[in-house]
Amino acid sequence: MPANRFNGYTELGIGIGLRIPHYAHILSKKPTVDWFEIISENYMCDAGRPLEVLDDILEQYQVVQHGVALYFGSTDHMDREQLKRLKTLVKRTGTKFLSDHLCWGSVDGTYTHDLLPMPYTFAAAKNTARRVREVQDFLEIPVIVENVSSYAEFHVSEMTEWQFLTEVVERADCGILLDVNNIYVSSKNHGFDPYDYLNDIPHHRVGQMHIAGHSKYEKYILDTHDHPVLDPVWKMYAHAIQKCGPTSTLLEWDAHIPSFEEVHREALKARKFLDAYRPKKIAEPAAAVG
Amino acid sequence: MRPLSHQWRMQSKWIDNRDMREVTARFIKPNDRLTSFERIEIYNRQYWFRLIDSFYDDFPGLRAILGRLPFNRLATRYLAAHPSKSFTMRNLGRHLIEFIDANPRLVAPRLALAQDMVRFEWAQVEAFDGRALTPVTVDDLLGKRKDPAKIRLALQPYITVLHLRYPLDHYIMRLKKTGLRGDASNAMEETGRRKPPRKPPVPRPAETFIVVHRLDNSLYYKRIDSRQYRLLTSLQRGDNVGNAIQSAFDDQPDPAQIREWFQTWTELGWFVARASRS
Repeated sequence: MPANRFNGYTELGIGIGLRIPHYAHILSKKPTVDWFEIISENYMCDAGRPLEVLDDILEQYQVVQHGVALYFGSTDHMDREQLKRLKTLVKRTGTKFLSDHLCWGSVDGTYTHDLLPMPYTFAAAKNTARRVREVQDFLEIPVIVENVSSYAEFHVSEMTEWQFLTEVVERADCGILLDVNNIYVSSKNHGFDPYDYLNDIPHHRVGQMHIAGHSKYEKYILDTHDHPVLDPVWKMYAHAIQKCGPTSTLLEWDAHIPSFEEVHREALKARKFLDAYRPKKIAEPAAAVG
Repeated sequence: MRPLSHQWRMQSKWIDNRDMREVTARFIKPNDRLTSFERIEIYNRQYWFRLIDSFYDDFPGLRAILGRLPFNRLATRYLAAHPSKSFTMRNLGRHLIEFIDANPRLVAPRLALAQDMVRFEWAQVEAFDGRALTPVTVDDLLGKRKDPAKIRLALQPYITVLHLRYPLDHYIMRLKKTGLRGDASNAMEETGRRKPPRKPPVPRPAETFIVVHRLDNSLYYKRIDSRQYRLLTSLQRGDNVGNAIQSAFDDQPDPAQIREWFQTWTELGWFVARASRS
């Protein structure tokens, strides 16, 4: 299950997000890291320092692209210039698959630069799946969609979030980037059981997982990516790994970023969960005692 | 997107004057802790915080000369008039120069300084990751096949040649020593709090000519003089080298000096072949 057609048959291990404050450390110390996730849009430029750094990273490390601006749930036409730039970057990085979010964020050509929640309707699922397919066909690599954290729900929704996710990925025949922290955040904000979510998605489609920290406020939880992973999220992660198998996992840490070592150490805590559910080698039969 | 209120809250009225609480309640579910209005407000506030933050990353010098509140007011008005039309926030400030020209009261009493700063900081955005073309070499420039004076050159797309009324290169360098936001925004969190150093005083007017460019993917500001400015901008307009040199000098050009300039600029990779006119 971990290496599947949705993630280009890769088993990457534990990765961290490539972030500017860590550039110098990574390029000079060349630490051992299974893989880095880059935000595609940060490197969809024409030239300059971002691409120079990326090329240096690519010489040493496996890189997977993660996007924040495809807005699969929007109803605008896909921006062809954006897709062309994305494909150029895909060729540069050699990413085996690409992820972006199950959300909308643009309307009539105006961009919010936010991951806005979707109304969970069959019409929205159909539109979203069509756009996922369009991107997948254009890029010619597998696309996996990530569940977002959310703070609002629509009256018009016809199903739960996880039913909607399932509807989209099955219509698009694509994979899932399962963000365990996002499920936790949304479950607290909307009052559902996060284990129902984890139990009821098509596990064979999960190509990657995200873990992260969040912030608690008086009336809601915000997905801030500025803390270590909290215990309830680790517990959910263990359950997700049990259901999906040992899946490539990435720690997101995007604000109040500590040292590279601290971020990497936090990410490596996932190891024990992955190892616990890794298929065991079959032991040699003991010699018969006469 | 409607700007937030003075208290950084969502506006209480929709554009048609309907109560926002009624509008949001029609499509957003409340829960046991938050009303529909409050749930949408989370997104509304995040939108403005994110965009103003990105704007600040691109224009930290502008904020330094205007102050935080006037800067936020300008950013909000600008972003309401020019919301993002691109998948990337890189181009967010593209129309700021025209916007300030059309709305001088938003930067009063520092209109000239703000205009210069916006041009200077936008030039840095372009130089950071703008397109690069194959540069013309010294051999190309010496012209083995034709008269160098007839050559038409263009500058790299990422280069901006500026005539400013203030010495903003020096000002920004001094400001960086105090922790300019653009440099610090992605920095790791420092432990312990230090008293922030005093910001440098706002610069006095002084005519300044600068080329904002990059070399080995690092950003540079290169001071030039008025003759060099005239020459480079003449080339940018499409004049051939001979005419550009003529436009630069009031008196007889000094061939040795011109050779030295072109040698330096060519070594910096500034020149590219001009696309032939159809």
